[in-house]
Amino acid sequence: MMRILKYVALDIIKNKIIIAYAIMLALFSWSAFGLEDNAAKGLLTVLNIVLLTVPLMSVLFATIYVYNSSEFIELLLSHPIKRSKIWKALFIGLSLSMVAAYVFGAGIPLFIFAEWDIALMTIAVGSLLSVIFVAIAFLSSIITRDKAKGIGTSIMLWLYFALLFDGLVLFLFFQFADYPIEKAVVFLSALSPIDLSRILILLKLDVSAMLGYTGAVFKNSFGSDWGLVLSFALLAFWALVPFYLSLRKFKSKDL
Amino acid sequence: MIEIKNITKNFGKLKALNGLNLELNKGECIALIGPNGCGKTTLIKSILGMVLPSSGEILFNGKSIKNDNDYRRHIGYMPQIGRYPENMTIGQVIDMIKGIRNSNQVLDHDLYEHFNIEKMLDKKMRTLSGGTTQKVSATLAFLFKPQVLILDEPTAGLDPIAAEILKAKIIDAKERGCLILITSHLLSELEDIVSQIIFMQEGNLILHKNAEELKARTGQQTIARSIVHLLKTETL
Repeated sequence: MMRILKYVALDIIKNKIIIAYAIMLALFSWSAFGLEDNAAKGLLTVLNIVLLTVPLMSVLFATIYVYNSSEFIELLLSHPIKRSKIWKALFIGLSLSMVAAYVFGAGIPLFIFAEWDIALMTIAVGSLLSVIFVAIAFLSSIITRDKAKGIGTSIMLWLYFALLFDGLVLFLFFQFADYPIEKAVVFLSALSPIDLSRILILLKLDVSAMLGYTGAVFKNSFGSDWGLVLSFALLAFWALVPFYLSLRKFKSKDL
Repeated sequence: MIEIKNITKNFGKLKALNGLNLELNKGECIALIGPNGCGKTTLIKSILGMVLPSSGEILFNGKSIKNDNDYRRHIGYMPQIGRYPENMTIGQVIDMIKGIRNSNQVLDHDLYEHFNIEKMLDKKMRTLSGGTTQKVSATLAFLFKPQVLILDEPTAGLDPIAAEILKAKIIDAKERGCLILITSHLLSELEDIVSQIIFMQEGNLILHKNAEELKARTGQQTIARSIVHLLKTETL
């Protein structure tokens, strides 16, 4: 698998988009920290950028990349190579490059301007988000052969997770405000990796005004420490499950 | 060498292969013929593990190919339309396949030299003509001296000179004792290479016979005429 990974990684680097993405993230982060007068405000700006752009970039780039790799996959399949290895090498290659771009772009200014533990948390969460959305991209690109449909699905998923979800939860809360629904809301928040990530970082930052509705409930129900452990576990789950499903589908796909 | 046991493949409602049984042995050169869409390519891709049959099994040297990939070490495959990563050059593709196969055996560079691949190493795959792509496919198929060669329309798109070079190479491999499976629409082209005929129609095996026997039985001079004769008289 290392040998395939080598070719995938070389190809992605040659693509240069990943490098442009890293530079863009760096520009955003440096300017956010430079313009705000205190680091906490800068961090919130960076956080909002990260929660929107990292998933979008990961999901779109990975979806298109997987579709464009169909020839590569076909070529390798007639040689003595296990199917799952090809898929895993593609996944690891894409995840590593998205994470590397994020760490270089956003990680360095975070370490310089923010406190260590918060910087570390933001980097961990952003990296996990990158991997999660690469996994989601793999799932949506294996579901259909049609490129336009696959990319469309990816964008819809991003829209749903990044923009729609918190609004839906809030709407549900207002509709059922007369009932004790805190537990249900905590369960609901586990259904969106972006929400979970926001909760994680804000629990650390202690800015309850920014927590959003799900975050507030999360904090009340679990306290900070349990909240952290649980949300990290859920995030890992979000990365593994879509990828596992796509791998299972890839193994039985006709090419 | 390759045993195909009762394989069926459905694509939705379409039955691409319908309970096919075949036995292919070493040293045979088999022509796989039949009208368009009769399941030839599906059969080939099933042997390669690219298409997974709905039912039935395929044995390679007595071992089921399901969940196995190492048997493909012994197969050289030349696809009908070679699809390659577009922004890689010919040289990179060949190097990558060598690197991934990682075999330390002596490679067969005959076609590489005869097709003058060396002069085109820097060309990107997307800029190649159909014929040049076929040359690259053929070179890759023969490169690792495989025991089994699966050639899907090998001469389609090749110029006459290249086609002759490839044909000589196929005859050479046959004499070395390889199992060769060829699909082609141009029966005249296969005339002097082929030792067995498999005729398929709508996913069914219509006939699997020795070429000489077939000619003798129908009293015709060429394979093409024998097939036509058989189809007309329907004494299959």
